[in-house]
Amino acid sequence: MPGSPPTVKGMTADFDRRNADWFIDKAVQVLVFIGGISAIIFIIAIFVFITKEALGFILDRFDFTEFFTSPYWYPADEDDPEYGILALIAGTASVTGLAMLVAIPFSLGAAIFIAEFATGKTREILKVLIELLAAIPSVVWGFIGLSIMNPLIIELFDVPVGLNVLNAGIILGLMAAPIMTSIAEDALKAVPDRYREAAEAMGATRWQMIFKTVLPAAKNGLLGAILLGVGRGFGETMAVLMATGHSVNIPHSVFDSVRALTATIAAELGETAVGSDHYQVLFTIGVFLFLITFVINLTADLIVRGVRKG
Amino acid sequence: MFEASELNVKNQRVQKLYRLLFLLMTLLLIIPVLLILATLVIKGGSVISIDFLFSSPTHGMTAGGIFPALLGTVWLVSVALLISVPLGIAAAIYLSEYAGDNWFTRIINLAIINLAGVPSIVHALFGVGAFVLFFGFGTSILAASLTLAIMTLPVVIVATRESLQAVPYAFREACWNMGATRWQAIRRVVLPNAISGILTGVILEVSRTSGETAPIMFTGAVFFTPFLPQGIFDQTMAMSLHLFVVSTQVPGVPEDLPYGVALVLIGMVLLMNSLSIAFRTYLRGKKKW
Amino acid sequence: MVTAVEAAQASPAAAPGQAAVKLAVKDLTIRYGSTVALGNVSLEIREHEIFGIIGPANAGKTSFLKSLNRMDMFNTDMHVEGETLFNGRDIRHLKNVYALRSRIGVVFPLPVGLPMTVYDNVALAPRLSGLKNKADLDIIVERCLTRAALWDEVKDRLNSLGSLLSGGQQQRLTIARALSQDPEVLMLDEFSIAVDPVTTMRIEDVLKELKHEMTIILVTNLVQQARRLASRTAFFLNGECVEIGNTEELFTGEVTDTRTRDYVEGRFG
Repeated sequence: MPGSPPTVKGMTADFDRRNADWFIDKAVQVLVFIGGISAIIFIIAIFVFITKEALGFILDRFDFTEFFTSPYWYPADEDDPEYGILALIAGTASVTGLAMLVAIPFSLGAAIFIAEFATGKTREILKVLIELLAAIPSVVWGFIGLSIMNPLIIELFDVPVGLNVLNAGIILGLMAAPIMTSIAEDALKAVPDRYREAAEAMGATRWQMIFKTVLPAAKNGLLGAILLGVGRGFGETMAVLMATGHSVNIPHSVFDSVRALTATIAAELGETAVGSDHYQVLFTIGVFLFLITFVINLTADLIVRGVRKG
Repeated sequence: MFEASELNVKNQRVQKLYRLLFLLMTLLLIIPVLLILATLVIKGGSVISIDFLFSSPTHGMTAGGIFPALLGTVWLVSVALLISVPLGIAAAIYLSEYAGDNWFTRIINLAIINLAGVPSIVHALFGVGAFVLFFGFGTSILAASLTLAIMTLPVVIVATRESLQAVPYAFREACWNMGATRWQAIRRVVLPNAISGILTGVILEVSRTSGETAPIMFTGAVFFTPFLPQGIFDQTMAMSLHLFVVSTQVPGVPEDLPYGVALVLIGMVLLMNSLSIAFRTYLRGKKKW
Repeated sequence: MVTAVEAAQASPAAAPGQAAVKLAVKDLTIRYGSTVALGNVSLEIREHEIFGIIGPANAGKTSFLKSLNRMDMFNTDMHVEGETLFNGRDIRHLKNVYALRSRIGVVFPLPVGLPMTVYDNVALAPRLSGLKNKADLDIIVERCLTRAALWDEVKDRLNSLGSLLSGGQQQRLTIARALSQDPEVLMLDEFSIAVDPVTTMRIEDVLKELKHEMTIILVTNLVQQARRLASRTAFFLNGECVEIGNTEELFTGEVTDTRTRDYVEGRFG
């Protein structure tokens, strides 16, 4: 066509050719797929490698009953090492239990306040504060336990040692609370407004509506939040290491010093020889921790996912 | 004539009480932490100075500065980012743009959640078994950063995926209708409009990574080394580990030194988190559609 | 170099006195899951004509268009059976599906301004096929925006965001984008919903000009619009192609299906 303006392509008969863009698109598809499965690969790899290091102990010296029911943990004893982690489990459980006792009511209360009562600016500010709280690193919390909580407890309760279940429990509670508040708040927000409107239409006040309608509707998400908090408690290392003291024993009161599973690994791994029994049993504890937190997180996710979808 | 009945008045009063109760619970969560932070500032503030930040520890770490630890943290975080950001973005692109709604995708999502939930000390064990020993990197920045990268990968993936999914589907369709390939649409429309969200996630990852102690304790970070790190096969000190060391492993430390270290560490972390939050708020105002 | 065979395949030999067939479907059936959206449609669309498709909502018109440019690829629920030929070539089995879509421009009822400058919106398709020269792009952008009846309104602000224009402007921007592909076929699906009547008239005039350069498929719920523009029209109803024919005959002839007559006379819609 005379004087025709520039065109994008001529009317060639055969347009069905694979060009560079086609190949690049396929290549990208492969690359992102690799990225996608990387998470699966890593989780499997974690399990494989920690089991590999623990294998010797697990196959030869592992005694299920002794491991889980004996409170005697003497892995470094040359003559007669004992590998009972009951006391360690008790340590983890007691600290996590106390932490949940502290965190659950307060996170729930805070979540209810933010989701149901606070508005606009207040809500924004509170949410930002909570987010910042969640960012405080574990080792800083441990330091707080050591330097601030420790003397505080000694003075307030008149006990000789301030590094104990109470110390770590409170700290862990303060650590887990922000995340639990976040998830609980999401769960409450997920309850459709029509539930609230229906209750109000029937003359219920705010608090009646919350207790009778919103909370029960959100119970799945709230349960998920609690489970996530428990998972966090089980897995926490540095804060617990620094605030629980160093006694391996089953606690009889909150003022007893204990040792948690995670802290034990952190405290003792540096002193073991690669491949030794002590080394391998620490990895075995790692496997145990992996499996437990796997189950907790899986359950929590199933429950929470159920909420977010519905 | 609607006058407040007795029941109504009572209900209002109870309602106010409940509101107060929940407000109190919220404050009880926040205020103690603020007090603690204030204590850190008061006790540690006196230690901070330019000298503190830029010189090395002396006298068996009972005096001096924290520079090697700061530098070490920068090394560790940078290498970890180099590994986790491209991988995380790729994974997020797959999940957002390619993955179907099937069991395989569900497994990937589960793996991501579990990766985020594995205890940090277990990540450390993995790092030792895989990178220090099996791959033979020894205790090095490389081994520690790899461990950190895998640990914080979920943060990048989730943030990226959310910002990709925030881009309306109609934009992709418009591109596809013109003959663009999936990648062309992603590159020209989706990614550029998700970059800001991705950046927020990256800043968040930096903040998390700087504070982690357990994963680097046995994989590359050491209590003390007189040398500054020169390459990824070197060992290094790190801020998070340094706090642990000066508060538990060094005898005769003056009381305020650990407070100073804690203050710097928490200052770094909170600064980055605030940046991330501020950036997010700024973005919310800049609507592009 | 185009061989004789390829040239013949490009435009299948036309019957004497008739234009070549651009698009042909045979026994086309489109399913979403188990629901049939369009069943057993067979028709031909000829080069350089404006082919109208009229019919009420959910008749299968939009699904039909989507199958023509293979957008069914992105919907795992959507299943297409039957034969579809573009320039005589089977498009259900292509090596490079994207190349097909660059030949077919489409405008959907919902306006979509991409979140980039107006200029970049219209320059996107040319850039995708490798055109980089700024001078060339400038010419294309102005030409397409003019044809889309948008140039006058945006010529001083080509750098403003396409996604922040008004609805009517975004729709014309979409048309400009479709034109920037220099397409062989232009499909418009109820384009005038988002555009005011005056602008609609301007675009209709442009379409009448454009048909000399390309083939146009016009899906419309404005029955009179089909009458104004389309030389042949098809009437779709409930997933069935009820009848096809010369537009005038469809509207005035006695040899039409009663359903067609009812729809055209406005007895249902």
